[in-house]
Amino acid sequence: MRRAWAVTVKELRQIARDRRTLLILLFLPAFFLFLYGYALNFDIRHVSLAVEDRDGSAESRQLIASFVRSTYFDQVASVRSDAEINDLINHGRVRAVLVIPEDFSRRVRDRDVATVQVILNGDDSTTATTVLGYANAVLLEASAEFGAGAETPIIRVEPRVWYNPELRSTLFLIPGLIAFISMITAVVSTALSIVREKEAGTMEQVRMAPISTLAFIAGKTAPYLIISQISGTLVILASMVLFDLPLRGTWLDLSIVLAVFLLGALGTGILVSTAADTQQVALQAAMLVAFLPTFMLSGFIFPVASMPVVLQYITTVVPAKYFLTALRGVVLKGLGLGALWQPIGALAIYAAATLGLSTARLARR
Amino acid sequence: MIRRIRTLIVKEFLELRQTPRLFGLLLVAPILQMTLLGYAATTDVEHVPIVIVDGDRSPTSRALVERFAASKNFSIVEEAGSPAAIDDSLAHGRAWLGIVIPHGMGDALMGHGPDSDRVVQVLADGTDSNSSGVALAYVSGLISEFNIGLLIDRGRRPGAVDGRVRVWFNPELESRDFMLPGVLALLLLVVTASLSSMAIVRERELGTLEQLNVTPLGRWELILGKLLPYALVGFVDVFLVLAVVVFWFQVPLRGSVPLLLGASLIYLVCTLGLGLFVSTISSTQQQAMMTSTFFFLMPMVYLSGFIFPIENMPRVIQWVTTLIPLRYFLVIVRGIFLKGVGFQVLWPQFAALAAWGLAVLSLAAFRSHKRA
Repeated sequence: MRRAWAVTVKELRQIARDRRTLLILLFLPAFFLFLYGYALNFDIRHVSLAVEDRDGSAESRQLIASFVRSTYFDQVASVRSDAEINDLINHGRVRAVLVIPEDFSRRVRDRDVATVQVILNGDDSTTATTVLGYANAVLLEASAEFGAGAETPIIRVEPRVWYNPELRSTLFLIPGLIAFISMITAVVSTALSIVREKEAGTMEQVRMAPISTLAFIAGKTAPYLIISQISGTLVILASMVLFDLPLRGTWLDLSIVLAVFLLGALGTGILVSTAADTQQVALQAAMLVAFLPTFMLSGFIFPVASMPVVLQYITTVVPAKYFLTALRGVVLKGLGLGALWQPIGALAIYAAATLGLSTARLARR
Repeated sequence: MIRRIRTLIVKEFLELRQTPRLFGLLLVAPILQMTLLGYAATTDVEHVPIVIVDGDRSPTSRALVERFAASKNFSIVEEAGSPAAIDDSLAHGRAWLGIVIPHGMGDALMGHGPDSDRVVQVLADGTDSNSSGVALAYVSGLISEFNIGLLIDRGRRPGAVDGRVRVWFNPELESRDFMLPGVLALLLLVVTASLSSMAIVRERELGTLEQLNVTPLGRWELILGKLLPYALVGFVDVFLVLAVVVFWFQVPLRGSVPLLLGASLIYLVCTLGLGLFVSTISSTQQQAMMTSTFFFLMPMVYLSGFIFPIENMPRVIQWVTTLIPLRYFLVIVRGIFLKGVGFQVLWPQFAALAAWGLAVLSLAAFRSHKRA
């Protein structure tokens, strides 16, 4: 224990000597949350729309008005020919085109089916899917307006959304950003810690010292745990102040969840560090295990339930996935540790595994 | 000059061969990642887990439940007896939606009973706002279809406005076709920029930079000699990853392949140049790693339009994104892959990318000399 503490003190001194790195580790994460929190959202509004109105009647103008009134669409152009449509979409100036045929008003008056054409730019399929939904909604509403009077009992839908009633994408993305930023900070700060001693030749000295491998690993981890716990808490505070992230659970639960996750993340960095021979290899490996999987396999952006089954199994070794479940549970749903024992248990196992493996790898040499 | 650069290139390759682990990482890892991420990167919402409470148990309500069961958009994980069960399922994330069919719906639809009995309640877990929004739209769609069926059964003409939707470039709205070219761009950035960010600072830490400085090597020769071997490795990666995208995932490649390769080459110069620049401004490898991760990789991932549409960002940040080379390369790869457009449409992006690469290489060369 005292020996582990000695390693911690040595490590802390080394960190303190490199002020720039310490400041980066402490405050940069909160700054990034600020930047990305503002920059990123999925809320698609004001889709640029071009209209080709071949009918030019009161009814067709009413239809265009309901598109604009929905606030989902901004009419940015009126076109006369199909060639113009090509040009507008190819250059990305509009996302959607509404084409109203000549016989539109006649058919509406005759209570016939009046067909309009909606052309969407599908190159960004996420946005296009959403826009498609909006367009259908507007058309359905317009149908109801034109066909009003036909009072027939039909089923109505009454949606109610929990935890995030306005479906703000910020509330969905912020926990993911917290996980991503914490993971990267933790892995980056420890990935070089041991391989650097190897490259500098000081590893031999550590080996000669009367200290067990476990104590050495513990001493290496502790200072970074303190630093990343502080910076993680700052990130969470910042998201509450800046983006109205609610905290429906308790601070204590939140801190415990964060600490268990960070232990695993730091363990990942240390494991990479013990496995690499040079800092260059360590960096590449850290990028590959931390950066992209946390981004894409954790449910941060892409829902795990929509992935192929095989891949869903692979996501079970991505710690950020459990952290996200636990974090969203505490923050948005107000769940306690008892309800979240599964993800928290998984995080604890992950932390024990990475730190244990690192110890074993280091002891074997 | 050519000979001096060649000597440096040979030296770099010798070093690369001495770290076989790095070599393996550089070639195997991108393919592995591409395969994994290719499957993961989908925003398609399918098989939404739902809990249904059928409080009516009439033929009509059963028919509605059948509709949900038959749709590939939903998968019923539980049929509960009372709405209280929905709370628990949503809280634990077992289901995303709870659907409550009220008692008496069948009768109300025949005109016997209060209007409130015709209201199907949908409870949604809004934590994943994106997927929930899409899932709610699926529910409205499914019920609209069901309603139209009801009207036709009663001999009514539903009439009114019908939308014929045509989606260009990606008719099935496959998110994979949109995402994979982006993953290609991202992967190349992560691999090559982090690789070259260590190139010069490593020599500095090991003390061998002094030796390089006393050789008659000029600053441009140093930068080019460092750049070319990594560019070669990067270009091999381009081929490998492209092969996975086109042959494994069958993403249609509608445009010209030489144009795509040309663009990748310019892009590689940008990413490698960026890494070299980071390398010249850092004094330790740890600093280089942090600088490239935090100040370059992360902003590029988030602000390039890879996933988050640039149009949604605040105006100021939209200006910032014009400084990001990944943004231009994304427009190019997506243009070539999905739209099949050529140089006459994409030349502004090519120009921006080339200018960026040249600028960052000059900066790196300039910095490397000052430190010498």
